[in-house]
Formats: sequence, C-alpha cells, structure tokens
Amino acid sequence: MDKRTESELIERMAREAKQGRLSRRDFMHFALAAGITASTATGLWSTKIAHAAPSKGGTFRWGIHDGNTSDTHDPGTYVTRQMIFLAHQYRSYLTQITPTNGLGPDLATSWEATPDAKQWTFELNKNATFHSGKPVTANDVVASINHHRGEKTTSAAKALLTDVADVMADGDHTVVVKMSRGNADLPWLMTDYHLAICPANDDGTIDWQSGDGCGPYKIDNGEFGVSWSLSRHDGWHGEGAYFDGVEMIILNDPNARQTALVTGDVDCVSLVDLKTLALLERNPNIVVDNVPSGAAITLPMFCDTPPFDDVNVRNALKLSIDRQSIIDKIAFGAATMGNDFHLAPSQPYFPKDIPQREYDPDQAKSLLKKAGAEGLTVDIHTADSVFSGAVDLCVLYAEHAKKAGININVVREPNDGYYSDVWLKEEFTAVSWGARPTPDVMFTLAYKSDAAWNESHWQNERFNELLLQAKAELDEGLREEMYHEMCLLMRNDGGTIIPFFNNFVYARRNNVKHGPNLAASWSCDGARAPSRWWFEG
Amino acid sequence: MGDVARIVLKRLGLGLLTLFVISILIFSAVEMLPGDIAQAVLGQGATEENVAAMREQLGLDRPAPVRYLEWLSGAVVGDFGVSLVSGANVSQSIGPRFANTLFLAAYAAVIAVPIAIMLGVVVALLRNSVFDRVANVATLTSISSPEFFLGYILILFFAVKTGYFPALAKISDDMSFWEVLNRTFLPALTMVLVVMAHMMRMTRAAIISLLSSPYIEMARLKGTPAWKVIVHHALPNAWAPIINVVALNLAYLITGVVLVEVVFVYPGIGQLLVDAVTKRDFPVVQACCLIFAATFILLNLAADVGAILTNPRLRHPK
Repeated sequence: MDKRTESELIERMAREAKQGRLSRRDFMHFALAAGITASTATGLWSTKIAHAAPSKGGTFRWGIHDGNTSDTHDPGTYVTRQMIFLAHQYRSYLTQITPTNGLGPDLATSWEATPDAKQWTFELNKNATFHSGKPVTANDVVASINHHRGEKTTSAAKALLTDVADVMADGDHTVVVKMSRGNADLPWLMTDYHLAICPANDDGTIDWQSGDGCGPYKIDNGEFGVSWSLSRHDGWHGEGAYFDGVEMIILNDPNARQTALVTGDVDCVSLVDLKTLALLERNPNIVVDNVPSGAAITLPMFCDTPPFDDVNVRNALKLSIDRQSIIDKIAFGAATMGNDFHLAPSQPYFPKDIPQREYDPDQAKSLLKKAGAEGLTVDIHTADSVFSGAVDLCVLYAEHAKKAGININVVREPNDGYYSDVWLKEEFTAVSWGARPTPDVMFTLAYKSDAAWNESHWQNERFNELLLQAKAELDEGLREEMYHEMCLLMRNDGGTIIPFFNNFVYARRNNVKHGPNLAASWSCDGARAPSRWWFEG
Repeated sequence: MGDVARIVLKRLGLGLLTLFVISILIFSAVEMLPGDIAQAVLGQGATEENVAAMREQLGLDRPAPVRYLEWLSGAVVGDFGVSLVSGANVSQSIGPRFANTLFLAAYAAVIAVPIAIMLGVVVALLRNSVFDRVANVATLTSISSPEFFLGYILILFFAVKTGYFPALAKISDDMSFWEVLNRTFLPALTMVLVVMAHMMRMTRAAIISLLSSPYIEMARLKGTPAWKVIVHHALPNAWAPIINVVALNLAYLITGVVLVEVVFVYPGIGQLLVDAVTKRDFPVVQACCLIFAATFILLNLAADVGAILTNPRLRHPK
C-alpha cells in the first residue's frame, strides 16, 4: 500500500469513528489489516479520534423558519416550528424519538402495559427538576396530560388522547394511564410535541404562562417571532446538552436564513431552500443534512364522488404520475418515493416487500377504458402555501397524465385559508402532512372511515377492522402483518396519491458535529439538535 | 397667524374624518380575509369542536358591527384590545416594534433627505450634463427595483462577499448605539436607495422651473453668483413642492418597510403586520393599519402646513 492510499484510508476510518460508526476495536482490526503497527494504530486512535468525542461549550446560534409574533407558550396551541423547536429545548416529554428513530426515555425511565394494552404505567426519572428548582413529580405529568383532555380544552392534541379514560399519580414518581380501548402505541404518542410536561398548579391546571420547564435549556429572555436566548439547565436529567447556551433566531425568509449561515451569523439553519441546495453544498464551510422523513405530500380524491368513486379511475390517476420526475424537478431529489400508502421507509412497520408503483400511462388507459371514463377531465386544487412547488407539482402531473389521455386542470387557490376553505371541501386537492410517530396515529387521523380528516372520503371495512385490532396488539410480528395488509389496501383501493415523502433538509457550519444518526421526526435531529450536537473541540 | 391656525384646524378635522373612513375600510377588509382565525391559531391539526370552542372563547360569534364599535371606542383612547392569538396587549406589543421602525425610518431619512436635496440642486444647476444623466439613471434604477431585490444585492456585496456589515439586522437593548447603527446600516441604505430618486427629481424639477422665471433672470443679470441665485432666490420658492415630496417619502419610510424588515429580519412593525395577517390576528392587523394610516395623514398634514408657511399666497385662497 503506498503512502497516499494509506493516509486516505486512515482519514476515512477516522471520519467513520468520529461519527460513531466505527468502534475502537474495529478501528484497530482494520488498521492492523492495512499493515499499520499496533502501536501506531493506538497512537492514531488517541490523537486523531478520541478528542472527537462531544465537547462542551459554546453558544449554538440556530436560525429557524416558521416563527410568529403571535405564538405562545401554551402547549395545546403549539403549531409553528418556533414553538415546537423551543418546546424541545426548555420542556421535556415523557418519551422521545431517538436518533435511530426508535423510542427512548426522556422524563419516563421505563413504561409497561397490561396485556390488553388498556393500562400503561410510566416510571419517572427521580432526578428531574424544573428550572425553578422544583422536582418533577407525577402530579405535574397528570396535570400536563389533562391540559389536552376534557370538554373545554382548546388543545390540538385532544384527538390524540380520546382513548385515554383517566390519568392518575401513583406516588411521586409513577403515572398510570387508563385507556377505554387498548392502545399499544401510547408511549409513542407521548413524544407528540403538544404533550410537554409543565409545572402543575394546585388546582390541577398547569402553569404554561411562566415559561418554566424541565428541559435541557432554560429561557433567559426572548420574544416570540424575533429571537430566544437560552442557557444550560444544570439540573437536567438527560444526557447531552453540550452547548453552554442556545440562541434561536427566527428567520422566516429563506434567503435571510441562508445568508446568515453563509456569513457565519448562525451555526445552523432549520430549513434549506431546495432551489439553491446545490449552490450551498459547494460551500466548503457548510454541511447539509438531508434526512428522509415521514412527512408526506398527498393528493387525495373523494372516493364517494364521481368520477373517483370507481376504483379503476383512482388507480388510473395513480398510474399516470411520474414520481421520479416529480422528485427530480419539484423536490430537487430531496425526497423518498411514495407508493400510495401513508407510511415512509424511515418509520416503524414500513412494509418493505410491497412493489413500487411505476408510471404506466398505457395501463392507466386500459383501466379508464374498463371504467368507461376515457378522455377523463378532472380539476385539482392547490396553492403555493401547501409547500413550495405545490402548484408546479400539479402542472407537471397534468403533463404526465396527458399521456394516459387524462386532462387535469390545475386550479390555483389563494395561499391564505387553504386549509379551511379548500382542503376537505374540494374533491381533488394537494396536501402536505407532517410526520406522525406511528402508523396508527396517521391512519386514525386521515384514513379511518369516520376520521375528521378523512381527506379522501375512503370507506373500507377491512381496513377499519384491522386498524382496531392492530391498535391493541402488543405482539410485534402480528402487528407488522396487519399494517402490511392495511398498506396494501390503501395502495390498491384507497383514494390518495402519495407522490413522495419529503426529506428534512437543514444545514450547519462545519464546526458543528453530530452523532452518526439523525432522528426523522422533525428537522434538526428531531428538533433536539441543541441537546444532541456539539462544537468541534 | 389666525389664518394659519384656522387652516391647520380645518385640515386636522379633515384628517380625523379620513381616519374614521379608513377605520371602517380596515375593519371590513380584515373581516373579508379568507380563512378563519380559530383555524389559523390551532393549525391544520384542529378538530371542529376545537375551532368552535376557540371561536366562542374569542367572542368571534358576535356580529361584526358590534365588534367594530367596541374596537373603535377602544382605539380612540389608544387601547387596541388584546391579541386574539397570544392574548397579549396589542398596544404594548406594538410599542417597541413601532419604535424600531421609526428608528430605521429616521436613520434612512437622515441620510436620504439632505443628500437627495443637495443632489437635486446640483443636477438642476448642471442639467443635461453627464453628471445629471448619471445621477438620474442611477437613482431611477434603484427606485425601479423592488426593495427586497435591492436588499439582496446589498447583502451579497456588503455581507457575503466583503463582510463589511452583518446580513442580519438583529438588534437588542444591550447593544451600544454605534453597534445598532452598524447592524441596521444595510436596511437603512436599502430604504435610502428606494426614496432618493423621488425627492431628488422633484427638487431638480422645482428648481429648473424656477430658474426660467423672470426674477431669477433679473438676479443673474445683476451679476449674482450662481450658488447665491439658487440658495437665496430659487430655493425659498421651491420649498413647497420639496416639502411635499419629502413628507410623502417619510411616510413611505415608515409604512413601506415591510419587505425590508422581512429581508433583514428587523423586528419592526412591518414584520409584526405580516405575522398578524397570516395568523388572522384582527386586533393587531387593525392597529398596525390604523397607525400606518395615521402616519400618512399626519405627515401629509405637516407637508400642507409647511407649504402654507413657506408660501403666503396659499393662506389666502381665492
């Protein structure tokens, strides 16, 4: 081996090891195999790699999109990224999505269910404290969950907790949740961004107004829609929180965000404009993270309204979209292909063996013939606020569909009020969905026959039956089979076209480091970048 | 002076009437915005029960005229109610934001007004020279470009390429005055470029039209130096139109900064207005619009008064 390839190999191994993909043992093994002596290899490990472990210190300046002056600390009305990102810094949740997209502990150290999944018991971390110094007790958790329940709540998370019959404290550090129906996913639901744990008042309500929390960072000062400065909460119960402080700056304008990153005014931005992604990637000081997620773009059509009431028409429309071309031109490659069931490869229970639906105008034509709907004309409603490129996507789709003899009129709607005036009201629309933690949540929200957001008006007996069974099924293998069948039903009978799942694309200065994996639940490592990342020492 | 006082009072009354009509327009326009506030607050994730509960809580189920009267009676005494979204006091949240906007407008005005007027006088003297043409083309180019584009160009050259000034105009209370000036220089410069052309060309036109009047010719024939002709004879009679255009541009500096604030992430009232519109936060939108309208009316009034004071003939309308 000549000198050059040798050093390249060492560099590459060092990089892998720094990212955590290579253990010390493997490193020594490969180094010896490459002809490096044991003592040199040991030296290399300690000089090149060991100091790449997370180092403490620095203020992480984070430019984030989607922040509003009118946002509040009320966890029930969390809706913008500012609120969600901020919540994950100064508040804690019972559980969390880990960087490998599994379920991990946050405030709860362990949880278990009765065999029918109707009663869950969460054990709380005894070391957890609020920023005010008050220890976190079961009462705080009960009050925090109850904030989203009951007749009068205005919480958007109410629908998530409809099956919860009662929440009780059992001693200071045990919380028992009783369900009216078995739900095997409850610990996953507890990662929902609304269900932040706040200090309880004496009357059983929570104090969300003060901004006190039990998260890794505490708020020093800030203003909604402008910026926040936070400092490390020394009594935090979790790992990480390497930065001394975090500064969150609301940068709604994509150009301002990218400029701030390029000029070094911020260390990380939460969303990169895909149009200029290629330019940004050329900058040697900047690293782009492109993480596949479960956030989807859907094109639902009303299954109870002609012409979509014929499954052949629905499938013809699904066949006449060229997904690859849409991903290349609209998402600039930063997406995973959809297969018309609402479950992404990055999510649990993804059925790997269902074949990908391809662009096939000929088959679409023959399906239309079968349905007696040749020369079909349909309107699709869309707006640019759905996601940047939504109108372009529909126009491109219309071009693809021409080959199948389908005439799609693209109706451009105003950005304002799209979700109250167009979505769920027009027969064929374009919609953008955030990722949900489990298939059950997503399916219950938008595909169950009586779901409030059944955006495709899809009614399928077998699907509803399976949904109820799978919900309470604690046997992982059986559950996986059920979700597999449900995905097939959605794909072959459902009324929703899913062209792609969009990636989370964010960028950081190259002195900001993170572990080998990134959570796909939210942008910036599941919105937990400040507590998981660090500056190069 | 009694005449002047009467005219000012009359104009003030007219201004108040205009403001009243505008308040009706603002209220109806906001009512007509598509979408629903409860929906916007709760996000896509809200159920119908949620939305209904929210509407009831906010009192949105009551008729519009009732809400208008309530709002107007509050606004008259400076109480704009509370934000529907965050529950914060609107007057209190607008206060510091409006102060920031005024600061930026003042910063831009301090640079733009003297330069524009001086440049206007100079190009009027050197009219049709190369300098005149270059100045005209340059200012017309800058006024014809949208603010955000000018902002991006300035960011590209002064922040990204050279790093002379920060790209983000993020200011806070603990900064020194000089640091604030440095941080807000690029947005101020953008505003300067936007308003310069208008003021400069009006000055130029006013001076040129005066230069052909008989009394100027007389002064010249007497052998008065050119600068003295301008400063002592032409300028005093040109103030009226210049004051008018300056006032108009000052109003624009305050109300037209929305895009500049967005591009430079400056926490002013424009940014607040954009946020409030997307959230259907009626009280904030209405308060911002009313403040903008009042600014326009007041500055126009000031321009009229200024014009009257510098031109006695206007005090005696035929």
